[in-house]
Amino acid sequence: MYIYDEIDQRIVDDRVNQFRDQTRRFLAGSLSEDDFRPLRLQNGLYIQRFAPMLRVAIPYGLLGSHQLRALAYIARKWDRGYGHFSTRQNIQFNWPKLEEVPDILAKLATVQMHAIQTSGNCIRNTTTDHFAGVAADEVIDPLVWCEIIRQWSAFHPEFAFLPRKFKIAVSGAEKDRAAIQVHDIGLQATQDEQGNICFRVLVGGGLGRTPIIGTEICAFLPWQHLLSYLDAVLRVYNRYGRRDNKYKARIKILVKELKPEVFRAEVEAEWAHLKDGPATLVAQEVERITKRFTRPAYQKLDALASGYVLALGRDKAFANWARRNVHSHKVAGYAAVTLSLKKTGVPPGDVTADQMDAIADLADRYSFGELRVSHEQNLILADVRQADLFELWQQARELGLATPNIGLLTNIIACPGGDFCSLANAKSIPVAEAIAQRFDDLDYLHDIGELDLNISGCMNSCGHHHVGHIGVLGVDKHGAEFYQISIGGAQGNDAALGKVLGPSVSQSEVPDVIEKLIDLYLERRDSAEERFVDVVRRIGIEPFKEHVYGGHHKKPAGRGEQLAVA
Amino acid sequence: MAVIIKNQQVAANNWLLLRPGADKSLPALPPAGDVIVSLAQWTAQRDALLARGGHLGVWLANTDDPAVIAGDLKHFELIAVDFPHFTDGRGYSIGRLLRERYGWQGELRAIGDVIRDVIFYLSRCGFDAFELKAGEDAQAALSAFGDFSEAYQTSVERPQPLFRRRVLGGGPATTQ
Ligand code: HEM
Ligand code: SF4
Repeated sequence: MYIYDEIDQRIVDDRVNQFRDQTRRFLAGSLSEDDFRPLRLQNGLYIQRFAPMLRVAIPYGLLGSHQLRALAYIARKWDRGYGHFSTRQNIQFNWPKLEEVPDILAKLATVQMHAIQTSGNCIRNTTTDHFAGVAADEVIDPLVWCEIIRQWSAFHPEFAFLPRKFKIAVSGAEKDRAAIQVHDIGLQATQDEQGNICFRVLVGGGLGRTPIIGTEICAFLPWQHLLSYLDAVLRVYNRYGRRDNKYKARIKILVKELKPEVFRAEVEAEWAHLKDGPATLVAQEVERITKRFTRPAYQKLDALASGYVLALGRDKAFANWARRNVHSHKVAGYAAVTLSLKKTGVPPGDVTADQMDAIADLADRYSFGELRVSHEQNLILADVRQADLFELWQQARELGLATPNIGLLTNIIACPGGDFCSLANAKSIPVAEAIAQRFDDLDYLHDIGELDLNISGCMNSCGHHHVGHIGVLGVDKHGAEFYQISIGGAQGNDAALGKVLGPSVSQSEVPDVIEKLIDLYLERRDSAEERFVDVVRRIGIEPFKEHVYGGHHKKPAGRGEQLAVA
Repeated sequence: MAVIIKNQQVAANNWLLLRPGADKSLPALPPAGDVIVSLAQWTAQRDALLARGGHLGVWLANTDDPAVIAGDLKHFELIAVDFPHFTDGRGYSIGRLLRERYGWQGELRAIGDVIRDVIFYLSRCGFDAFELKAGEDAQAALSAFGDFSEAYQTSVERPQPLFRRRVLGGGPATTQ
């Protein structure tokens, strides 16, 4: 965990007071609804279908057990006893009262948390690899850099009112688990030939209605220049990004319209003025931030705990869980564990206050009091001794958090959809549930193997359907809720956007379509090693289309080849 | 009497702001008094404006490039930046560029849809004068300068970012 110093704390406290005053003026009528709106959005406060929704930042996904208990307290006292973990390393409360939000923010500030810039057209919460600092394939630990970016982006005076929201993701490992190719800026922390830390900078990626994979504009940015370079990118975007049409306002459109080479030249020209200026980072600051992170006091352990190995052989259910939900760790004898928030019958990402308290206890007992939030809407205990895994599994199972489905079809990412979101075309949660129910035979699930299934309730793509191996998108068809299915998307290093399979289908047909896709995959795969998405890449989408729609019976009329840009 | 906020105090506003008509026609120049003219008017009537008595200011729209007046700064007593809406972030960059790149030292005034809640950001971007939108209470707005007691980034009013002040120079200073 990064521990605030007195100044970090003061800035967050100042924000609480500022927002309390804004809320007071709004309720008293001296701040108009129109003026209050962008101000409250910068505090993560939406007015949603039923009530305000408050989005709380979990900076780069790192959460202490005491913070999770504070979230449980908030869920009980000011909400309806639960919270919703989103795909952006945030937690959302769906039922707070506007006049009580300042009190919620004050409570958050007592545990060094906030809702700063979790919404609005500003620089949002920076996200990273949920295995940052512990991944076996890590080159550079991105956490320190994420905190440096958090401080730089918090209340940046020039970039509070961008054309549109702005999201930065940082990865420091070989395998990209932070989706840096689909962010406004993606940073790959790496090393140059001399071993100096530097960043590969991608810009203009994103999902939404115009999904685009980001382009590299700088191959090796030395760490000292990180902030001045970000200032340059943001200034070019702030000055020239489109403000006439909110659907064309993201940086990806500017990069595309200018052409990436021209955009890069603009950034370089701007950066020439800022480079080596006061924003240039210094080693003492990197060291200071590094030291303010608490690090687990690892024990010296054998690479493989014998009790763990024995339990794997003895208990098939445990072995299944370990295969899916336990991940390798860079420290010998330790493992990272995913607690699945994807139990059938529960909306993806939803956690009750009691579960939060229980998870906080697990974190204290088994993982140095720390947790991570993954963009797949699960929680992670990142530093568990292998010797404790069996006991942890038993306890997690009692809490309903041990569904052994990480990476499998039922580890569904779904946005809140029509049950909560006013922009939705269709519901997401009941669809996720129907699919999970259809595939609840675990042996079958494990046999199907790795498969990402993502659901969004509209083309804003909060559920990342474009990058799901199977993507489900809610569409409006003459006022009725329909679903468009796409296949072949992927996240990570080989990120790709899915292709639409054919005409959209009704809610009750979705599980049937998924089942047909799986049938054909199982029939056509070379071996159990060939994943669903690999087969789609090898044989193309035609055979799947044929299998689902039955040859000529419905004519997809060419739409099938388009991206899901609706 | 119209008031503005200048140097963190309420002050009288002696300047006349001239906006082009809806058809882009340039407004007539009053025979005397201090005026703030649009970039278009400055470009079109430069000689007349310089020959005229009274102080001269220019205002930039959100879409104007401040580089255009970089060579003319000596002619102005004041530069204003117009915010059609306070959420139009371009004006914030224009302010910084005028101060940090083009070296403008005189009064930098925010005009248009300026509300109390953006004064803190604007002043960090180099604005030292604020003509608040109609209905805003200038006296009450003065507290906005104290909305935050510290800030992380480099800014016009304090180029050294917090991290440099923290690790390189003595203890952190506060803005008050
Ligand atoms: C319930 C209230 C929500 C509303 C009103 C909302 C609204 C939006 C809108 C309008 C966009 C499109 C922005 C653009 O493309 O310019 C968007 C994108 C996005 N939202 Fe949401 N959202 C909500 C909830 C969520 C949740 C719960 C998650 C996570 C599960 C989420 C994560 C995202 C992500 C990852 C994007 C990706 C698109 C991108 O950045 O390219 N949102 N949201
Ligand atoms: S994808 Fe659409 S329906 Fe789902 S949360 Fe985002 S805006 Fe709402």
